[in-house]
Amino acid sequence: MKLTLRVWRQHNADAPGAMASYEVDGISQDMSFLEMLDTLNEDLILRGEDPVAFDHDCREGICGACSLVINGDAHGPERTTTCQLHMRSFADGDTIDVEPWRASAFPVVKDLVVDRSAFDRIIQAGGYITAPTGAAPEAHATPVPKPAADHAFEHAECIGCGACVAACPNGSAMLFTSAKINHLNVLPQGSPERESRVLDMVATMDDEGFGGCTLTGECATACPKGIPLPSIAAMNKEWLRALRKG
Amino acid sequence: MALATRTGRRPSTTRTLWDSTVGKKSVMAVSGAIMLGYLVAHMFGNLKIFFGPGDFNGYAHWLRGMGAPLLHHEWALWMVRVVLIAAVIAHGVSAYQLSRRDIKARPVKYAHKRRRASYATRTMRWGGIILALFIVWHLLDLTTLTVNERAWAGHPYENVLATFSTWYGNTIYIVAMVAVGLHVRHGFWSAAQTLGAGNARRDRTLKFLANALALVLFAGFVSVPVAVMTGVVS
Repeated sequence: MKLTLRVWRQHNADAPGAMASYEVDGISQDMSFLEMLDTLNEDLILRGEDPVAFDHDCREGICGACSLVINGDAHGPERTTTCQLHMRSFADGDTIDVEPWRASAFPVVKDLVVDRSAFDRIIQAGGYITAPTGAAPEAHATPVPKPAADHAFEHAECIGCGACVAACPNGSAMLFTSAKINHLNVLPQGSPERESRVLDMVATMDDEGFGGCTLTGECATACPKGIPLPSIAAMNKEWLRALRKG
Repeated sequence: MALATRTGRRPSTTRTLWDSTVGKKSVMAVSGAIMLGYLVAHMFGNLKIFFGPGDFNGYAHWLRGMGAPLLHHEWALWMVRVVLIAAVIAHGVSAYQLSRRDIKARPVKYAHKRRRASYATRTMRWGGIILALFIVWHLLDLTTLTVNERAWAGHPYENVLATFSTWYGNTIYIVAMVAVGLHVRHGFWSAAQTLGAGNARRDRTLKFLANALALVLFAGFVSVPVAVMTGVVS
């Protein structure tokens, strides 16, 4: 396959950026999108140019490091992470636009790399449980109802990639935060901090400069892990409940 | 050694509510629900026009005398007005502040454009502005009678007929009612999510209710100018 890539190039956080065009040839349909970018970078290095910076780590779709907006879609046209997106989703001769996550809370570090530490600070505000450290506790010591376990697991799937923020027209982190709230607040292990967790995490989310939710549903459509939109309503319910309890 | 624990007092409930995006959105949801309830009552009142001037004007007089003999003339009406004005202000101010924040949170647009979200969702802000302007026009037209062609105080039936006998009266009204329908379609469902009433099981029901409400309000309100234009009401 021969492709034309239009990639966002930005030297550093303060430099102005622009879209730059590159031709890549010899792309196999079985390559992942990141392998295609590796091919482009090898070519750029051989030509003595600066390779395109992009985030990646496990390349197995479970770490949440990769973060590209491909043709306007976070993680591209398939409902998966960029590393699990294959070139068979594109046709020979295509022009593909590659941009970084866009949100003021996720400033661009270089090219396609953005700083997602705002998510870490939301987690620090309440994405934990109070538990004695040491050996793993006896699994049957705390009974968890099956529906609660399923609900928690569905939300524990969130890998914190930030696609929800990238897809949201308001740059809102509601789906990410709601995944954490739903995951921990439904479990008995998470109940001691049930109220403070949701109040503190939502307050940190606002402080980080993420936008509000207008229920466009773009986040849940983009989420590679299928965190559902009703999770946001469930978090709102938890937040209002926590506010009433003071 | 003592653990480092949060010892600072939390801000008041009202402060937390107003400062948070989730809280401010719930202010929008509640004020929106108040206005929606009023719209439903308003629509039923409007439909009395199909039963002649006696029925319609009689109803208008009753509105001013609501709550009698306990309440003085127009007291109940003013109570409703105060609640509505408060709802409009709360809804507008929170919408403005949230929108400002949303726009700031996404300063750089994507170079690759594609159509996102439904039409009703995308037009909430402009639709809201259209509705705010319409309310001003509507009050000047049929409450204060400042811009009404007939301007016959105490005879709303005749004034409504005068409004809907002009091309601009009909155009402004019908455009505004399309905006009401679209706003309610996304707004009702959205408010339910904001107040935590939404879940996966109820989603279809809530969406159906939102569409039904939007359609009924649109049809109910627009039936009046259509009836005047076609001569059903004259």
